[in-house]
Amino acid sequence: MILAFDFNLFFDQTMNGVASGVIFSSIALAIVLIYRTTGLLNFAQGEMALFSTFITYKLAVDVGLPIAVAVVASAVIGFVGGAVIERVLIRPVEGAHNPLNVVIVTLGLFLAINALAALIFIKPGQEALRMPELFPAGEVLGIQKETVGFAFVLVLECVLLFLLLQKTKLGLALRGVASNPESSKLVGINTGTMLMVGWGLAAAVGAVGGSLAAMQGSGFDTSLMQTVLVFGFAAAALGGFDSLIGAVVGGLIVGIANAWTVQYVDALEGIELVVPFALILLVLLIRPNGLFGRTIVERV
Amino acid sequence: MSLLELREVTGGYGPITVLHGLSIAVEEGEVGVVLGANGAGKTTTLRAICGMLGKVGGSVFFDDTDITKASTQSIAKAGIAHVPQGRGTFTDLTVEENLRIGAINRRDAGVAADIDQWYSVFPRLAERRKQMAGSMSGGEQQMLAIARALMSRPRLLLLDEPSLGLAPLITREVFEHLGAINRETGLAMLVVEQNATIALGIAHRGYVLETGSIVAAGDAQTLVADEGVRKAYLGF
Repeated sequence: MILAFDFNLFFDQTMNGVASGVIFSSIALAIVLIYRTTGLLNFAQGEMALFSTFITYKLAVDVGLPIAVAVVASAVIGFVGGAVIERVLIRPVEGAHNPLNVVIVTLGLFLAINALAALIFIKPGQEALRMPELFPAGEVLGIQKETVGFAFVLVLECVLLFLLLQKTKLGLALRGVASNPESSKLVGINTGTMLMVGWGLAAAVGAVGGSLAAMQGSGFDTSLMQTVLVFGFAAAALGGFDSLIGAVVGGLIVGIANAWTVQYVDALEGIELVVPFALILLVLLIRPNGLFGRTIVERV
Repeated sequence: MSLLELREVTGGYGPITVLHGLSIAVEEGEVGVVLGANGAGKTTTLRAICGMLGKVGGSVFFDDTDITKASTQSIAKAGIAHVPQGRGTFTDLTVEENLRIGAINRRDAGVAADIDQWYSVFPRLAERRKQMAGSMSGGEQQMLAIARALMSRPRLLLLDEPSLGLAPLITREVFEHLGAINRETGLAMLVVEQNATIALGIAHRGYVLETGSIVAAGDAQTLVADEGVRKAYLGF
């Protein structure tokens, strides 16, 4: 028996995948930004984004800013917050003999920021919060306007990051520190400042990702970013941890694969998470540096 | 006063002292060479100058300013460029980006012209300007490292064993370039080397370093001529 293939359903599900993929991409971008400048995986990336998401909500709902302005303002506040976290909490343990110390600090931050967000932003007995929508309901060319808008935001983020990293002196310094910290100091770059900027950028990108995530679905609470973080890590691994383009493509692949699994693979109902991860395992077996990760070519 | 002056400098790594009261001077316009075997403290000496050793005793003066406790970054800004051992290439930046990052603290409009100038001195770099710097040969990377350091328009160039890992022919070429740069621009240099013959060839003053102490010093000609020094320390 041949099942009639419902193309419209397939298309809708793919677009749903793109919408959540954009959010995974944002978090993956944030993870990659920090990984590239510091060689660290920041496990608190999702919760930092969560905190920023609450700030977006406060600015939009309590202060009454237009939601677009609130998201941008929250990204700016996130930038400052990320830079401060690097300077105050990460830097002091970074020089230690064991790089795992920093990982433990980011795990601690994961718990601390989540608890702090609950303490500050959630009143006892409160229902899930509703983030104002950035994009109107309805469809354009059969695609949800929200999905189109999310994709636009992601493209905008990528263009801005590309211009910053490739076309400015600050970007050159950031890439220099990622490439060779000691030589960076020797040419007179303040490497500490660059690490702060790297964390700040990551937090700003995360703030946007979190705010978008909160617009999906019916409401959000302090658990918003927990699965997103896992998918974000998956996306970063798929793309190769040092590639920004890889993070974007990885996020979209993970989002779409997840949406298809939910729709089409009934046998995995409830454990749909398996499929994106099987995919990642497969890719990493064939290409250990991820889809876009560089194989380091170095002659001595 | 000398452009660079180390007075009774001590220092090392953690509990291990490598430098035992070192005094070296580099004059404006001159090339100084520090010769020594592996483990003599050559690299450590340069790291002490650049603020890359944790604790440094004694004092380091550059242009009449005490830089003993200054940060690596501010020493670079003050005009000391350092080509570290292993050349310090930014391997995953392009050749051209390596040159631009050398000039990262310059605010003047002459950066592009300087890049072109180094391309004409080192045509191999021009051919590979868009290539990842890490994919170049050791000799090319050494040329790139020198050009990168000079992009900052320094007043003093420190070079850590430029001959390391290079074929004799390439080593000679590197030193010919260094000698020419010194003659043409008057840029002062401090080179630490194992290869005594070739390094003294471009030097005005030489120092022989042994286990963290200067055991012989003098102008380059005298040092080469001194049979005792030659036999004991220079190995020729």
